[in-house]
Amino acid sequence: MEGYHQRCPLEGEVRIPSGCAISGIISRSGKRFCGREAITSIAVMHDRSNGLGGGYAGYGIYPEYADFYALHIFYYSNEAKRGCEEFLEEHFDLINLSKIPTEKHPAITDQPLIWRYFVTPLPTKLAFSQLDEKEYTARCVIKVNRDIEGAYVFSSGKNMGVFKAVGFPEDVGEFYRLDDYEGYSWTVHGRYPTNTPGWWGGAHPFSLLDYTIVHNGEISSYDANRRFIEMYGYACTLKTDTEVITYMIDYLNRRKGLTLKEVANVIAAPFWSTIEAMDDDEKQVYTYLRNTFASMLITGPFSIILGFNGGLMALNDRLKLRSLVAAEKDDRVYLASEEAAIRIIEPNPDRLWYPRGGKPVIITLDSLEGGKDGHQLPVSGL
Amino acid sequence: MGINYLYPDFEVVRNFDRCITCRVCERQCANEVHSFDELRQRMKADESKCVNCHRCVSLCPTNALKIVKTDHTFKENANWKGEVIQDIYRQAQSGGVLLASMGTPKSYPVYWDKMLVNASQVTNPSIDPLREPMETRTYLGQKSTKIVRDGEGRIMTKTSPQLKLDIPIMFSAMSYGSISYNAHKSLALAAQKLGILYNTGEGGLHEDFYKYGKNTIVQVASGRFGVHPGYLNAGAAIEIKMGQGAKPGIGGHLPGSKIGEDISKTRMIPLHSDAISPAPHHDIYSIEDLRQLVFALKEATAYTKPVIVKVAAVHNISAIASGIARSGADIIAIDGFRGGTGAAPARTRDNVGIPIELALASVDERLRQEGIRNNVSLVVGGSIRSSSDVLKAIALGADAVYIATSALIALGCHLCRTCHSGKCNWGIATQNPELVKRLNPEIGSDHLVNLITAWNHELKEMMGGMGINSIEALRGNRLMLRGIGLNETELGILGIAHAGQ
Repeated sequence: MEGYHQRCPLEGEVRIPSGCAISGIISRSGKRFCGREAITSIAVMHDRSNGLGGGYAGYGIYPEYADFYALHIFYYSNEAKRGCEEFLEEHFDLINLSKIPTEKHPAITDQPLIWRYFVTPLPTKLAFSQLDEKEYTARCVIKVNRDIEGAYVFSSGKNMGVFKAVGFPEDVGEFYRLDDYEGYSWTVHGRYPTNTPGWWGGAHPFSLLDYTIVHNGEISSYDANRRFIEMYGYACTLKTDTEVITYMIDYLNRRKGLTLKEVANVIAAPFWSTIEAMDDDEKQVYTYLRNTFASMLITGPFSIILGFNGGLMALNDRLKLRSLVAAEKDDRVYLASEEAAIRIIEPNPDRLWYPRGGKPVIITLDSLEGGKDGHQLPVSGL
Repeated sequence: MGINYLYPDFEVVRNFDRCITCRVCERQCANEVHSFDELRQRMKADESKCVNCHRCVSLCPTNALKIVKTDHTFKENANWKGEVIQDIYRQAQSGGVLLASMGTPKSYPVYWDKMLVNASQVTNPSIDPLREPMETRTYLGQKSTKIVRDGEGRIMTKTSPQLKLDIPIMFSAMSYGSISYNAHKSLALAAQKLGILYNTGEGGLHEDFYKYGKNTIVQVASGRFGVHPGYLNAGAAIEIKMGQGAKPGIGGHLPGSKIGEDISKTRMIPLHSDAISPAPHHDIYSIEDLRQLVFALKEATAYTKPVIVKVAAVHNISAIASGIARSGADIIAIDGFRGGTGAAPARTRDNVGIPIELALASVDERLRQEGIRNNVSLVVGGSIRSSSDVLKAIALGADAVYIATSALIALGCHLCRTCHSGKCNWGIATQNPELVKRLNPEIGSDHLVNLITAWNHELKEMMGGMGINSIEALRGNRLMLRGIGLNETELGILGIAHAGQ
């Protein structure tokens, strides 16, 4: 990264608030479709981005490697690549590796080396670590991002992938040739940072394992959230809202086993006055969650779309200080910052609504009903 | 006694054109400064007794009085200042320890005044607390993040005992004895009205005040005055007092003259006997002993009350706090060295301990580094003077604050710093019934309620300005603070950037 953007500090060295556009599409029946619709949707909201970051997450895109972690990595030097590959070989079986195919685009410049690895943890290393497979992989990803300068893992889940760059999101989609990938859900993000370092790693979606977040907003609770989550082994190297939100969701959903609805009730907890009005059982659970994880409450404006293996969740801040629209048509659900971004790909939805602040919209694949993968634990009375 | 080298600190300036010789000043001054000069038919003053408490000034119906600092002076000397010389005269005459009251008046840095607060502009909206919900409710206590579910997947919601505060401000420990019955009653009434807590201090709980139990923290200090099962179970929480910011490392002494009938009964000690709190707890010589007392108190109260451990901010405070956080304590209260006292040796008060801002910042950071910040709540005191101090304390990492001096000022205290004399003309730090009745608990509690309500409004305004609508999102949110005029080391300890960065 030496010599790259010398005048401005990089993402992670300073904290950069940004405004944004987000969009998400999912087929409940699991029917796969290419990334073109996400490109079309986000292009409508061109003016919500300023060319300093765009990106996509696609789910179900690597069926042939579904059992392996797909690591997408930016390298800013060959040395970083060597160091990182050495680390990966020490910790994982590398099943396949290649450059991620890209197509030259006049508006996308300064590209790093972009590589993809399909890996699985080395069984002996995994057993020795006394961790489960996901925790092991997550820790390795955090370690690379924190310790290997010039290497940045920007996607690390199974059968999913993140594609991001500095540029307008529609250009980023062309650059990564997203017409060539088919997934059952896509999320996309266009960024409007108020500062201009424009580092590729700083674009959205931000991800850890199969969790990806696209986010519009600037959270006022950032440092309270960051200092809390860093107690539990996460390193917020990018200093962005999206990063800290991703880690909090990973912690609550994967590590603590909270359902996504419960997660929403922690990070966008109802006001105490709302909780007071609930019946006793509900009141107890909501009070418990809000009090126990008080430092994970997010304040300030945000709308997010969380992607995970098997579904999407959209969530607004408690006051709904950012726009977020949802729509349904047949087996498809659409989520976006603006209604126009939905109507451009689905002019006649069966239903269109504006989710209430703090109320999550959770969509899972029909095949997952009843729970899989820790995302939908037994109903908790919420 | 030889020559008295001391010239009075203050001059009582009386405007004789205004004075109507009503003699209210004479009746009001417990120090007997004012008297009527029969010969000259006018008031006179013995200024050597004046403590500058403003009682006479406040009650003079014609504004005929003011107290000014004397301009009498020693030959100028930057090293041997007048007060230094006077202290030596005093000790040369008395052979004793210099006594002082309230927080140190010395000009140590006040870090609250060197931190500035953020606000939203453009990229995110500020929030108007008059139009949107703005939450200051806080729960204090251990928060285990282990999720337990029953057979049907429902979350088990039982937690360690928690203290619920509607506003993250509590009245800190002041014993019945060091302050008056009416002062205690004012605090208890106000705590009840505000949905917060007051603290008995180490002098036990007067039987009249058991009814305020839900809003009471009962203290267990080294003297164990007034401690019995009924007392422990009377409050909402129990505080073990290990130390006090104004006098770290030393105990306390309430002279027998103040141990009247009521106090003797409340403290469970003989009438007119001195009440001496030892410097350490003689059953706590180490951290593992503290753990035993914590659990002894929990056993005595069937694990229904959170236990607070209060310590003075001293050099090694973060390691000490880390030990306490693993001792079973639910809440750590840290008292900074600018904190007040009813009586302390002046040298200790003015030289021992560290400022609360630095102690808080380093404790909060240490507990996070060790991953145990959620095991314990942090309450800080020791000179919280305004709502902006409260806000900055919470942004540095405190869950709530303790105030005492501010509360006494709301009750009429004028910070004359002579509490140890027992002649408080405002009816606060005295046991003289004639003086005590000057403080009306109803009016006193109204003033306290007004003060805390006003602070809460201000807190909400500033939170809203930052785009934060709930106090937990402010807690530990150091990005909302910037230092002004601080050096690298200070910024590093506080964990904040400098203004402009």
